[in-house]
Amino acid sequence: MAGGGFALAFGFTGSSGAFAQPSGAIDDTARVFTPNAFIRITPDGKVTLVSKNPEIGQGIKTSLPMIIAEELEVDFDRITVEQADLDETSFGPQFAGGSLSIAQNYDRMRKAGAVARTMLIAAAAADWDVPVDDCYAEHGSVFHRPTGRAQSYGKLASKAALLPVPSDDEVKLKDPTNFKILGQRVGGVDNLAIVTGRSLFGIDQRVPGMSYAVFEKCPVYGGRVVSANLAQIKTLPGVRDAFVIEGGDIPQELVSGVAILGSSTWAALSAQRQLQVTWDEGRYADHSSEKYHATARELGRQTGTVLREDGDVEAAFARAAKVVEADYAYPFLAHATLEPQNCTAAVVGDKVEIWAPTQTPGGGQALVAKTFGLPTENITVHVTRIGGGFGRRLRNDYIVEAVAIARRAGVAVKLTWSREDDMRHDFYRPAGYHFFKAAVDDHGNLTAWKDHFVSFGYRGTTEPASSARMSTLDLPARFIPDFRLEQSLIETNVPTGPLRAPGSNAMAYVLQSFQDEMAHAAGTDSVKFALKLLGEDRELPPAGGRGDAYSVTRMKGVIQRVAANAGWGKSLPRGRGQGFAFYYSHAGYFAEIAEVSVTPSGRLKIHDVWACGDVGPIINRSGAETQVQGGIIDGLSAAWLQEITIERGRTVQGNFDDYPLLRISDTPSVHVEFIESDNPPTGLGEPALPPLAPAVCNGIFAATGLRIRSLPISRHNLAWS
Amino acid sequence: MPSYQLQINGQSLPVDALADTPLLWILRDQLGLVGTKFGCGIGQCGACTIHVDGTPLRSCQLPVKTAAGLKITTIEGLSSDGSHPLQQAWIEHDVPQCGYCQAGQIMTAAALLQNNPHPSDDEIDSALAGNLCRCGTYLRIRAAVKTAATNGGLA
Repeated sequence: MAGGGFALAFGFTGSSGAFAQPSGAIDDTARVFTPNAFIRITPDGKVTLVSKNPEIGQGIKTSLPMIIAEELEVDFDRITVEQADLDETSFGPQFAGGSLSIAQNYDRMRKAGAVARTMLIAAAAADWDVPVDDCYAEHGSVFHRPTGRAQSYGKLASKAALLPVPSDDEVKLKDPTNFKILGQRVGGVDNLAIVTGRSLFGIDQRVPGMSYAVFEKCPVYGGRVVSANLAQIKTLPGVRDAFVIEGGDIPQELVSGVAILGSSTWAALSAQRQLQVTWDEGRYADHSSEKYHATARELGRQTGTVLREDGDVEAAFARAAKVVEADYAYPFLAHATLEPQNCTAAVVGDKVEIWAPTQTPGGGQALVAKTFGLPTENITVHVTRIGGGFGRRLRNDYIVEAVAIARRAGVAVKLTWSREDDMRHDFYRPAGYHFFKAAVDDHGNLTAWKDHFVSFGYRGTTEPASSARMSTLDLPARFIPDFRLEQSLIETNVPTGPLRAPGSNAMAYVLQSFQDEMAHAAGTDSVKFALKLLGEDRELPPAGGRGDAYSVTRMKGVIQRVAANAGWGKSLPRGRGQGFAFYYSHAGYFAEIAEVSVTPSGRLKIHDVWACGDVGPIINRSGAETQVQGGIIDGLSAAWLQEITIERGRTVQGNFDDYPLLRISDTPSVHVEFIESDNPPTGLGEPALPPLAPAVCNGIFAATGLRIRSLPISRHNLAWS
Repeated sequence: MPSYQLQINGQSLPVDALADTPLLWILRDQLGLVGTKFGCGIGQCGACTIHVDGTPLRSCQLPVKTAAGLKITTIEGLSSDGSHPLQQAWIEHDVPQCGYCQAGQIMTAAALLQNNPHPSDDEIDSALAGNLCRCGTYLRIRAAVKTAATNGGLA
């Protein structure tokens, strides 16, 4: 834990140093300089920076310390980064999600570094008995400008540790034109450990004496154990114990299941294959994707609950030059993090220690506290490196399971989920259906738009399930005079939750694909149609659930740049085409163009994707580029290949043979450009993903005349002549 | 429980295990070599890739009874210190995002370059098609393999 007894809570203002000395005393005691929870400098010159948020591959274990290092004036390749354990009192909120890490921590990390820099300069100035203003810091030392004297941070640490910590508002931040680190290409701080196979991830954790556990749950979500062949399982080689865990029927909390403890992961996994459980499957065991499709078609024919209405769409349709109707659908999706869910837990008395790859360690701690009636201060959470999050690890079911098993077992336990467990016990991106009708006039303008959105309600139909909601502010709402959004809900037991770019990952596909249909109906180029629809440069009041204004100016900026980069409008032979889409999500503006080809027999290839994004300034240029490329490849993987289907109330798919991920051989070149500005920086984990699916589908239309109105693309026969 | 003598990264190591235990779990649980990862258990993702006599194999599909006596190299044995040209190229190109697949990617690429020191783009894609990356680092994997090939490719 950073600083131990020396640490002062970040933002604690105006306190005097813990070791204030009477004047005149000479004190040679070696001290650690740790003005806040994020920085530790020892007399040997070692600088340790602490990264507060979980690292899921989004790169913030590198970029958050980069921000501190910039203001601290140290060389980034000379520092050591530590991952923070859960301690929100010292660090503030610790989570990875919403593409928020940079947006919420940029200023705080700058101030943390600036506070330390200010104190080090003050310590040097006091030591030299010179004015502070004659001193400056860079490359890990303080310099006295008039004489050229210098003292390293190591030498200054013990003196700086004695000084009062200034408040955030008292310290000066650097002028961004003087940034040495931010905006550069910086490699991930764990790269060497990753490429040499060091222990990093949750699944790598080992505690002496631990048992290895698996946990079998009812395939119909929330079902309960009636009986199981425990006696037989306990005779299997390497099995140490097997027992039923009583739980509820809420998938994000502790549910009923059978735990098997083994002397190795293999002993537990192989015993799991011989497990026979009689389940009370509950009342949703007859649900299926087929039934959902049929219900959606029926509901789509009727009027839904009106969520938003502007003008009069029916009157607009009646007088329109051209009206188009189209039905769209997209499936449930799994997260499929490459590291399956897992957690290691040790329970001693009423104290719990947890090692977990979680995006919300605070939520995990709270869930354990609530489930077992323990005080949160008794629950320690170590946040490991995480082999992919994508929103799956915002839930902490694997944590509460591991603790339940460890409590019952009386030994430390490492719980590992098989790939089948992982794929069948997810919080899926919800499926959805859209019944569209829209109109254009004779001048290439979109004039009216109606969407009947058929979504899902969890175990009811009064409100949308998690991540199954649609915003009433999404374009073209607010951009055309006649607009109506209706909603109907299908009851489901399928647990749903956020998947990278929640909401947006589905809405961009339907909205930007149908908008492309309308551009085509108007006989207008899709980019021109979009720019016309967006209208004058201006800002609209906050949208996207974030309280950030929607800047038409910034949206048009990325659209125009990507069109130029992709050579939009170039003449392409039949069978090859470009498709365009744009979307605002997570406070980021992205426009993308995909160039695809389809052979006459229907074989699809994505050649290139051009992306232009605007998220303000770029923090780590290497990390930023790879997040955009990764988001695009993720979006392509899902749109092209993936669907989760439900039969008899359970997930059908179980592994990568029936839920494929995109492979390197199908990966396009991805060309990324950023429009940078001094707007407040926002995140890149998610906003590049949503435009990809519609860009590719619009490209398929341009190439073949075939409109893709449901995903995944692989379900469609793309043969053309 | 039967005993097997395994040759891992130049060391001879005795293990006691059930005959059908995949080498993957011997490496991870018994030998503490956690660089080789579990992703699917059915040979579809490549995260468990190791070398047997220089040939890349999915260790989740290799029972310990078959692995006994074979010359096995894991990511930990590729170099003592990260100095293999592929490891260096991976760092130069800042390849990893979450990092979970990367050891398997590097092992497959190392076997490719051993047999084909100057692979074409298609040959790289073909060789690595069995290694999934959920984060989508494929573009940088391609670039890093090309860099390593240019730098001699072999440790």
